[in-house]
Amino acid sequence: MTSEEPAGYLGEAEQTLQKAKIKIGDRIQIQTAQNTFEGIVIPRAEIGADDKHIIIKLDTGYNIGIHIDNIQQLTRLKKGRKVKPDLPSVTRKTKKGLPLISILSTGGTIASRVDYHTGAVNPALTADDLYTVVPELGELANIQAEVLFSVFSEDLLPSHWTTIAKQTAKHLEESAGVIIAHGTDTMGYTAAALSFALQNLPGPVILTGSQRSSDRPSSDAALNLTGAAIAASQGPFAEVVIAMHRSPDDTSIALHRGTQVRKCHTSRRDAFLTINTDLFGEVKNGQVQILAEDSTYHHRNPKRKLQLLPKFDPKVALVKTTPGMTGDRIDSLIDRGYHGIVVEGTGLGHAPKALLKAIERATSETIPVVMTSQCIWGRVQMRVYRTGVELVQRGVIPAEDMIAETAYVKLMWVLAQTRDLKEVQKQMLHNIAGEITECSKRSQYEEMRDQ
Amino acid sequence: MTKVDYEKVGALIGIEVHQQLDTKTKLFCNCPTQIREDEPHFTFLRRLRPTQSELGEIDPAALFEFHKGRVHVYENYDDSICLVEQDEEPPHLLDKEAVDFALEISLLMDSQPVDEIQVMRKLVIDGSNTTGFQRSVVVAFGGAINVNGFTVPIQTIGVEEDAARKIREDGTNTYWRLDRLGIPLIEVATAPAMKTPEQVQATALRIGQIFRVTGKVKRGLGTIRQDINVSIKGGAIIEIKGVQKLNLIGQVVQYEVQRQVELLKLREELKNRGVRAGQINNEIHDVTPLFKTSTSKVIKGALKHKEGVFALILPGFAGLVGWELQPGRRFGSELADYAQFWGGVKGLFHTDELPNYGITAEEIKRLHKHLKTTQSDAIIIVAAPKQEARDALNAVADRTREALKRVPAETRGPLGDGTTRYSRPRPGAARMYPETDVAPVTVTQQRLDRIRQALPELPEEKLQKFKKEFHLSDELAQIMIRSLRIDLFEQITKSHPQLAVTVAASLETTWRNLEREGVAVDDIPEDQIILIFDHLAENLFAKEAIPDLFTWLAKNPQAAVEEAVQNLGLGAISKGELKAIVDTIVKENSKMISERGDRAMGPLMGMVMKEVRGRADGKLVNELLRSAIKVQLDSK
Repeated sequence: MTSEEPAGYLGEAEQTLQKAKIKIGDRIQIQTAQNTFEGIVIPRAEIGADDKHIIIKLDTGYNIGIHIDNIQQLTRLKKGRKVKPDLPSVTRKTKKGLPLISILSTGGTIASRVDYHTGAVNPALTADDLYTVVPELGELANIQAEVLFSVFSEDLLPSHWTTIAKQTAKHLEESAGVIIAHGTDTMGYTAAALSFALQNLPGPVILTGSQRSSDRPSSDAALNLTGAAIAASQGPFAEVVIAMHRSPDDTSIALHRGTQVRKCHTSRRDAFLTINTDLFGEVKNGQVQILAEDSTYHHRNPKRKLQLLPKFDPKVALVKTTPGMTGDRIDSLIDRGYHGIVVEGTGLGHAPKALLKAIERATSETIPVVMTSQCIWGRVQMRVYRTGVELVQRGVIPAEDMIAETAYVKLMWVLAQTRDLKEVQKQMLHNIAGEITECSKRSQYEEMRDQ
Repeated sequence: MTKVDYEKVGALIGIEVHQQLDTKTKLFCNCPTQIREDEPHFTFLRRLRPTQSELGEIDPAALFEFHKGRVHVYENYDDSICLVEQDEEPPHLLDKEAVDFALEISLLMDSQPVDEIQVMRKLVIDGSNTTGFQRSVVVAFGGAINVNGFTVPIQTIGVEEDAARKIREDGTNTYWRLDRLGIPLIEVATAPAMKTPEQVQATALRIGQIFRVTGKVKRGLGTIRQDINVSIKGGAIIEIKGVQKLNLIGQVVQYEVQRQVELLKLREELKNRGVRAGQINNEIHDVTPLFKTSTSKVIKGALKHKEGVFALILPGFAGLVGWELQPGRRFGSELADYAQFWGGVKGLFHTDELPNYGITAEEIKRLHKHLKTTQSDAIIIVAAPKQEARDALNAVADRTREALKRVPAETRGPLGDGTTRYSRPRPGAARMYPETDVAPVTVTQQRLDRIRQALPELPEEKLQKFKKEFHLSDELAQIMIRSLRIDLFEQITKSHPQLAVTVAASLETTWRNLEREGVAVDDIPEDQIILIFDHLAENLFAKEAIPDLFTWLAKNPQAAVEEAVQNLGLGAISKGELKAIVDTIVKENSKMISERGDRAMGPLMGMVMKEVRGRADGKLVNELLRSAIKVQLDSK
């Protein structure tokens, strides 16, 4: 999540302030029947706010809300100082002998500063800001920082993935590695997108963010960011990974492969889990340790020529099947001109019989239908039960052990290159960036289960 | 040290009283408000990073701790602590019960509730809060309480979350238990309007009484904590945090006023001597070679570990490092506190106290010669690793320069005898910002009306009630309204008003006597105590059995009251049996009765009571005995 511009006042409260020519940040005096309060006008909180209260910050630091009906007199004592917003820019600081890495921000406030004057949380955006907030970064690498955009991660579009991919490719011409600061909600999707868009990487591309906002002393942001910086500058690999806390402890940062990772908890620091394979690596005590087999990943090689395939077809839908579901939802996607459908089916890759007709219609109209499982863990296997067989007969593509979100992103990426149903099928079942494994290993699920 | 004239030195004192609420849940989650002593189920570890304000301010003490690599290990229970305390889940809504309680206290103190309560984050990065801040709200402003005819203005009334409990420190690891984190605390802050230790002590007592009449606060040591701020004319505002014992408050205030007075006198003396701040520099001298053959245990130990001996010169300070500020605490003790806090060293030596501790006059002489100092200078010596000694002596130099200018604003911690020690610099303007994860709470008129209708009686109203309705003596009633067990008393007397005098005497006089004898009366579960009086009301035993019951149950807190009754051979005896015992004793002592007449009553009463050991009511014994004696005398 990103911090918004300080929310202003609405309705009656706004009128009351306007009438007295009072702006946010001004020092004012409010007289009520029993008390006189002096303090600074604070932006109205975004949650549960009505239009009947004015919030001031008292000299003790506490905020209180005063109902406008109780205000007998409202006086401005002093105009507030203007808080200069940070201007997004590319900044760079150099220290000899350190590798250069890039930090691209998309809106996740990986680093931020509190304005104790108004209580607003402002993102730290420039390299200078980052050095100030997380001084250890300066010891690890020279940093080139760029703000790509400032969007809540749930509002990111496939077109944003394209921009991120292009800018990452550009930065990789100079930088040893690229870090992408990202909101955690859809970080998994972006990681998958970059895994397909950036092939033949010369160095690591690392997405990171925070589960506890960075304005608080207990935030996971700084450790995630330094972990990402260590991996970007020293990691021996050239893959897209997510770097986030491995446990609630501030000790280890897990590195998850971009195509096999999912946010599995709403709030914990270790919300991200690797699905259907073993963890790729970790950063601990300042060192990168790769846990994956040597032969299973691309090693860092600055000379390698990156291949950029940044386009995504946004006309793809991800549909979860449920008991009682009928075919009309698939039909409506066809009617609306969607180019592809990923189904998150039940169990081994099943859908209610009621969907068969609509699915048949989709494939006959050359709209690929890809089957994944809402079980999250495991592989689809559509020859075991009759339902599966019937779906395959109608042209459904079983996506092996690809997780649904990755299959969704991959289908968008494949469709941007070809609409030929045969070719789509071939590409979907061809492992490009570790999204499909050949053997289902027991260890990863068992570790998960035994937690 | 001379006696302090508080009026003359312009002492102004305020207090903040914090007490844990006995709510069903914590302030921001649904976990129980339960302190646990069993083995924790699991731990996790964190580092807290000092965050910086827009103005570039950073709390120096916090930054210092961070650079030292301080690691916080948090101890948890699977069944009574959730992700909120672990800072792994956003807080839930502000607990209604706690807010209601704070509003109740506000109304009792004539304080005006705010229209909308805003939840704030107050930065606290010593690790006592997993988030790095304490969530805190102000619920009401203003008001006053009357303390023995003196009006003490109230500044604010609020609620905040209690911190985690520090269990131990081990190198750079600090262990905290999360059971206490999040328990609601009521906070009442008075204006700095009190002028004597007596006023402060009485005010703290009064606030505690008002808390207790509501019956919604926790009891026992550690549930109530007072912060005291003390300033004098020309001094500084010193905050003494976490005084737990009520009867220590007056002493703490007295000693703090004394300390500031003495520091100002010390400054005067330095001025007279012509010592200037510019003369004190932070040059640290490595004097290890001078102490190679020292017999001092501390120095020998340090050298064995390849550490060094380092010295700092305080020009013109001879005799002043030993200046007494509080009983047993000298200016040198203050310097040692700074050295300990900033350098992590165990202590320091100063020439005012030497030769001593195995350091010889010869060594001091050599030291003076080596540093080219005179007898009018003081020297501070630290034996420690180089970096730590450097940090320590730098802090000492800074503190000494400060002594020439002012009384430094500090946060101090109380020691057992009412003296205090430096605990950290006083944070600048409170660093607070909004807790955006929790919605503000509007205080409606309906809510206030509902609370107003159910307000408890104030202590003086209770006093009258206890005397009039319960027939408690003035003395016992006074004791009861101050009692920690007042709500227990009220609970029991609700069902058994006829036992009020016995209940009060048992919960106070008997209780205290047993405590003095070393009986852990506090260990008896509350419902057991209630049960004792239920049984007493049914005449299962006599009230004289209560001390024995308390004693037995304190030793067997898991046992049932019935077991205690059985084990002690209690169980009331019948009137017939009792009469037989009385008659026997009267018969055996007929000689004494004829000699002393009515005055034989006392000794005979004792004999009977000894025989029946709590199985008979004293009043009945008295009655039977009196008539038996009368019969005996009449028959003569």
